[in-house]
Amino acid sequence: MTVTPTGRTAPAAPFPGAAPRRARRRRVAPYLFVLPALLLFSAFKIYPIGRSFVISLHQTVGGTERFVGADNYTRLLHDPLFWTALKNTAVILAVQVPVMLALATGLAVALNSGLLRGRTVFRLGFFLPMVTGLVAYGIMFSVLLNRDYGLVNWLLDLVGAGPVPWLTDPLWAKVSLGLALTWHYTGYNAVLLLARLQSVPAELYDAAAVDGAGAWASFRHVTLPGLRPALLLTTVLSTIGTLQIFDEPFVLTGGGPDNATLTIGVYLYQNAFKYFDFGYASAIAYALAVLIGILGVIQFRLLGEKT
Amino acid sequence: MTAARHRGRSILLTSGLAIALAAVMLPFYWLVVAATHSSGDIFDSPPPLLPGGHLADNLQTLQDTAQFGRVVLNSLLIAAVYTLCAGAVCALAGYGFAKFRFRGREALFGLLMLGLVIPAQVTLVPLFQMMAELRWLNTYQAVIMPNLALPFGIFLMRQSMAALPDELLDSGRMDGCGELRLFWKVVLPPMRPALAALAIFLFLYQWNDFVWPLIVLRDSASFTIPVALASLQGLDETDYGAILAGTAAAAIPMALVFLALQRQFVSGLLAGAVKE
Repeated sequence: MTVTPTGRTAPAAPFPGAAPRRARRRRVAPYLFVLPALLLFSAFKIYPIGRSFVISLHQTVGGTERFVGADNYTRLLHDPLFWTALKNTAVILAVQVPVMLALATGLAVALNSGLLRGRTVFRLGFFLPMVTGLVAYGIMFSVLLNRDYGLVNWLLDLVGAGPVPWLTDPLWAKVSLGLALTWHYTGYNAVLLLARLQSVPAELYDAAAVDGAGAWASFRHVTLPGLRPALLLTTVLSTIGTLQIFDEPFVLTGGGPDNATLTIGVYLYQNAFKYFDFGYASAIAYALAVLIGILGVIQFRLLGEKT
Repeated sequence: MTAARHRGRSILLTSGLAIALAAVMLPFYWLVVAATHSSGDIFDSPPPLLPGGHLADNLQTLQDTAQFGRVVLNSLLIAAVYTLCAGAVCALAGYGFAKFRFRGREALFGLLMLGLVIPAQVTLVPLFQMMAELRWLNTYQAVIMPNLALPFGIFLMRQSMAALPDELLDSGRMDGCGELRLFWKVVLPPMRPALAALAIFLFLYQWNDFVWPLIVLRDSASFTIPVALASLQGLDETDYGAILAGTAAAAIPMALVFLALQRQFVSGLLAGAVKE
């Protein structure tokens, strides 16, 4: 059967000979449309992914390549710096992501509220940080949070709070990183949630009000269930993004002080492009990919199940 | 709820959110202020809170230390060419996946979407080696080529293209229109809002991209703005007035462009992002 683009069989053509040619062309057409994307994707994504695995089985320091099997992976398991990087990434994941998503949910609800005046201005304003590149906002924050001369500590001093060693103390450096991430991504997540919120039928809220539900009850029983798919999406996206996190610690703290903000992404970069230990860096990359896969599956199981 | 209570809550919510917004916008305001002061003034106590007169000096310093004019030109060229080419690749693929049924469609689309969850870091080392073997280091194409088939862009296009009525395409075909001409003359014109959203997204993505350009651009004459700024920050004596002027030059035009086109951008982005 000749399958046309719309899936129906082709009508008989008035001229014999013209129809088969046109039908053939139409059969080939879809492949031609997707071909450029597939070729580019194979060359610059699929091939490197496979190649990366091969590299991870080799020792590549000093320009020579030697097959070492799983050595890079065993080294990974015994490398305290890798565990530090993993732990730091996990802390961001466990603290920053939930705080940010809670803020984004609150923001989305507020932006959706009929009580709010000038909604457009607010929507735009909160989305604007997302437009700022990672390097730009990293530099902005590094100067704003400077311990001795930064604007933030100057403001804190005005209200009598002592200078905070934002970027020089291991704990505060983590807090700074979290603040920067929250500043950058909360508005974006709020806009994603807001779109979903707008599709929750108003009748559900009316029904809840008739049943005597207060603001909190209707939030718990109408808003949250309605938001579930969008919350799943933002959680998964934030998790993937956090596990790969590189730019912010690289620009803001360089992974310091004392490796307090060393993430897997930064550690991978250091091994690959500072020490040129490509084999080990590739092993780190694969460990990261496996972690992302596992966490992705778990989140889909936990959050996706009940929808 | 009485009218008075309603108004009270409205004012409370609006002003609360206004304070939050002011806190979020503070870094932008401060960036503008800092970009117009000398490095010494920025770190004065109290810090400057109003714009000063050093912007021209700062830009001159940027030009002297980092060939900033060249760097801006690199960024503009790379982002423009990338937007055009990636836009074409994504629109073609999106149309193919949305409007044709063919063997392997689901599998091929799924393969492309895998790119959304595979961390970019996995491919950095082999891609770098590839670029070195091709002798593409320090070239525009090294920055542009690897991300042309952007999974998110393809996803966005497929979602938007799916909304095109099949009747429109069929009537074009009845008139004897070839598939490529059909795409150009019939499909693309009504897709302009979605294409605009895609273009803004692609331009912003490339304009702000950091890691990949940092890796393949090794010579300062080929740097893009983020790479140049990061390299300046690594110097022993950092001129923050200059760096922040450069940061403002990178961030503020993009923010303005975004503000001008935001309606299309947000709606186009959302059409792709939250549809089930």
